[in-house]
Parts: sequence; C-alpha cells; structure tokens
Amino acid sequence: MATLEHTDMPGEDTGDGVRRRDFINIAAVSFAGAGAATVLLPLINQMNPSADVLALASIEVDLSAIKEGQAIKTIFRKQPLFVRHLTAAEIAAADKVDPSSLRDPQTLEQRTVGGHKQWLITMGVCTHLGCVPLGAGEGEIKGEFGGYFCPCHGSVYDTAARIRKGPAPKNLEVPKYAFKSDTVVQVG
Amino acid sequence: MSFPWANHYAPKHSLTKWLDERLPLPRLVYNAVGAGYPVPRNLNYFWNFGVLSGAALGIQIVTGIILAMHYAANAGVAFDSVEHIMRDVNSGWMLRYAHATGASFFFIVVYLHIFRGLFYGSYKAPREMVWLLGLVIFLLMMATAFMGYVLPWGQMSFWGAKVITGLFSAIPVVGTPIQTWLLGGFAPDNAALNRFFSLHYLLPFVIAGVIVLHIWALHIPGSSNPTGIEVKGPQDTVPFHPYYTAKDGFGLGVFLILYCLVLFYAPNYLGHPDNYIPANPLSTPAHIVPEWYFWPFYAILRAFTVDFILPAKLWGVLAMFGSILLLFFLPWLDKSPVRSGNYRPAFKKFFWLLVIDVLILGYCGGSPAEEPFVMISQLAAAYYFAHFLIILPIVSRMERPLPLPNSITEAVLEGKSGATLSTSTQG
Repeated sequence: MATLEHTDMPGEDTGDGVRRRDFINIAAVSFAGAGAATVLLPLINQMNPSADVLALASIEVDLSAIKEGQAIKTIFRKQPLFVRHLTAAEIAAADKVDPSSLRDPQTLEQRTVGGHKQWLITMGVCTHLGCVPLGAGEGEIKGEFGGYFCPCHGSVYDTAARIRKGPAPKNLEVPKYAFKSDTVVQVG
Repeated sequence: MSFPWANHYAPKHSLTKWLDERLPLPRLVYNAVGAGYPVPRNLNYFWNFGVLSGAALGIQIVTGIILAMHYAANAGVAFDSVEHIMRDVNSGWMLRYAHATGASFFFIVVYLHIFRGLFYGSYKAPREMVWLLGLVIFLLMMATAFMGYVLPWGQMSFWGAKVITGLFSAIPVVGTPIQTWLLGGFAPDNAALNRFFSLHYLLPFVIAGVIVLHIWALHIPGSSNPTGIEVKGPQDTVPFHPYYTAKDGFGLGVFLILYCLVLFYAPNYLGHPDNYIPANPLSTPAHIVPEWYFWPFYAILRAFTVDFILPAKLWGVLAMFGSILLLFFLPWLDKSPVRSGNYRPAFKKFFWLLVIDVLILGYCGGSPAEEPFVMISQLAAAYYFAHFLIILPIVSRMERPLPLPNSITEAVLEGKSGATLSTSTQG
C-alpha cells in the first residue's frame, strides 16, 4: 500500500496551486464543450433561409402599364409588394403633413427615389403583425387617409404609406430598389 | 413516496414473479395508478380531468400518427393532401375530424383541470412542482396546437403562422432576424411548413414525457383533495384502483359521449370556414382569429394600442406571454395557508370574478378588433393582471378563513367533504 501512496505527482496533495487532475478535467470538458457548441451552430443555422429562397430575393418590375392613380401587387421574397403610381393630389396630400407629427417621421421624398416621386414602392406587409393591407387592388378600401388600410387590427396608412392610426409601429417598409430605366425598377 | 399503509405489490403467478425480478414494470404501474397508490377518499368529479387530459393526448397521438401516413408536408400539395384524407382515404374524414375536435376537447379538459387547481389551491406547497410542470405542459400544448393548425395550409393556417411568428418581430433589434430564422424565409412557405410538421409530430411525445414528471412530482406528496387538508391516516384514503379507476372510467364515458356528439354532428363548429380556402400569400382574410382556446391570450395581445416608452406592439406581446408566465409565480403570490377555496370566502368571490374576466377576454379575442371590444379587452386584461399581482396577495394576507375540519374523514362523515364546489360562504 505504501508504494501506491507515492504514485501521485509531487505537490498534488499540498492543497495549493492547480492540481494536475483538475487541469485535465477542465481542459477535457472545455474541449468537448467547444466541440459541442461548434456542432450546434449548423443545427441552428439550417433553419435560416436556404439558397433557393434567397435566390428569389431580387425581381424586376415593369412600370409602363401602371396608370396614374393605379397600383399593382406583385411578389417579392414571397411577400406582396405594392407599386403605386401616385396622383398629383395624393402627392400634395402626403407633402401637406408635418413629418414631426407622425409616429414614424418620414417625408414622401425620403420614401421615394429622386426624380421619381410619383412611384411609391413598398412592401404590402403591415408592420403590426404582417397582414396584407387593402388599398392596392381595384375597389379596395383605402382607409381614411387615402393610402392603405389593414383589416386585421385596423392600422391606417396615408398616401405615402406612412402609419397614421392603429397599432402598427412603423411605416410600410420601403425595400431597396433602383430604376434601371424610366419604366423598369429592380427591387432587392 | 406514498403513504406507509399503501398496498404492496405481491405477484402471485410465477411469470409475474419472474418479470418482477427482471423488469418491475407491473410494480411501477401498480404503485402509480393501481391499488398501491392511496388517494384521499373525498375527491369530487373535478379530479377526473387529469385522467381525461391524458386520454385526450392519447386520442391525439393515435389519430395524428395515422393522419401523418396520408398527409404531405409540402406547400404545393399540403392542402390537397388534407382534402384527399377527407374524400379518398377510408374513414379519413373521421380521423381528421377526430383529430381536430380532439384538439378542442384536449383544451376543454385541460382548462377545467387548471380551473380545479386554481380553485382548490392545488398549486400550493408541497405541490408547487406539480403546478409548474403542468404549466410547462400547457405551453407545449399551445405550441403543438398552433403548429398543427398550420399544417392544412388553408388561409387561416397561413395567416396564423404569419401573425404568430410576427409576434417575435416585436423584439427590438433581433426581432426580424428571429422571425426569418423561425420561418426559414421571409414569409411562411415550404420551409416553415416542413419544420412545423416535424415539431408537431415531436412535441406530443415531449408532452408525454413531461406528464410522467408531472405524475411523479404529484405522487411524492400524494393527491390533494376538496378540503385542502392533509391526509392524516389510512381512514382518509382509498386505493386508486378500483375506486378511482372506476370513477375516472365513468368520467371518461361522459367525456367520450360529448366528444362524439361534436365529432359526428358538428365537426366544423369549433373550426373556421376560411381554412377551407387554400393559403394565399397575397390576400389576408378579413377577420383573422386563432382557434377558440387562444382567444383570451389573443385579446390581451390586441389590448395595447398606445405606445408608452415601448411600442404598443411590444407591450402586447410581452403582456400575452406575461399572462402565462405570471402563473409560474402563483404558488408564491398566494400566501394563504388554506388551500381550498371552499374555506376562503373572500378568495372565492375574486376567483369567480377572474373566471368571468377570462371568459370576457375570450369573447373579445374572438371578436373583430373594433370598439367596444378593444376597450373591454383593455379593462379585462388590466383586471387579469391585477387579480394575480394585487388582489391575490392582499386577500391571502387579510382574509379570515372559515374553520377547517379536523380530518378528511371527519369532513366526509359530517357531509362537509368540500366535495361540492359551493358558492355559499358556508363552505
């Protein structure tokens, strides 16, 4: 038995400093833990949009057929996109509002691109809980501010698609887009 | 575990003896839900709903596994495969209606089970863990039911998925990436449908696992009873089998009759006709409502209409999750040492007010988001939180409870077993 007691490394039972066994323990568990965390990453990341979903993330829209006062619904990233040709009266109505009085202060200029103020391009996704607001289709209710009206929880948007009334926190989202010519826009 | 006078398992047949020495499974069952589990002798019919919840889960698992043999979780064909089940699969209509109606009945019995726990103070020491595990089961049930409702890929399925995952977008900064991550896209589509199906199949078995823990935690102190006083001796209990297996069997019969009445005569009564329209990402139904069992929580979600420090949307989401998380603290909010509501005159009045309040919330949650329902749900939601955070702690401190019987047996012999859910203050 006496020989067994002397197989321990010197300094192991003195009580001070790091014991060799503790070090091995911590190192082994940390190594395995880091490995497990690395494996976890792809398990979580697989839930993000896949390549084929992302591949549909850019579209081109032809504006030539949209008359003044008309709007179309198209699909961008599997969600409705509203493209609206504003009338002069609608632009005036949007410009008349003092932005500082709004919940999400923005002017019509900030929500359109320079030189194309009549083209209001927004997501057709209510910023409250994601319903499709009415107002883009022929004969749909446009709400009391002449823009869009969400029937789910009663959010009302104006002619610049800014939130004016109801539970939605933000204006309808303006996606990234650029005019490729006077009548073609690339969204996304 | 259990009381010292519990019956002991003694296998007589050589085969059961052989099995008992190698895998004592019959012994486990005997001690858990057999003659080896002593139960207070004065349980009323409100104590049936635990077993009924288990039966409802059983129905859901059996019908669900069969439905999964015929259903296709692909956004292109999911709706048609459900119609295929309804029209072509032998008895498919019955299995699907049994599953859909079964979900509603599962919630009915679970809500009554929770009601029982709230009135008779079953959440109090030493049964806090039973209550907490029950709430975990409830949350898992809600997640499972929500994902199951998405699978038919009708209009309500699609927009339900959009609105509920949209709740996560209310979280500041990381909200929208979380929603995209949950859906695997920018809107509900094939990726979302597939993962919902996978999880909808998995979660019921997780629920079954937590039920095992729920029952395990229950059997440490043993079942509570309508008087709320502790078991004092063998005269206060009867063996679970045959006494409560018989009583639960009777309750199960009544449950199945009611279930079959709805299943065969009004299978769509609790559903929504819009879900028979295939999902259309470009058109939102005019009136989106969740299934009836989510209405009270949906009313709380919609009750917030004004920004106050945080956006109204975030308040709604926090309040909705908070209304359930609050229940996790209930054992420590209600400090009264008396468990049963029958002996708590003030508590009893506020308890019934809470029940009415939740029913009002449910009614508002199922109504369109317009006045007067918005204002009523605001008041009702405020009262819901006030009940748990203000009224209950104060009542449990101020109230003078009625005298308790000396023992369960004494209460039974005097005809005051507390077995009735009395509304008088006499207990």
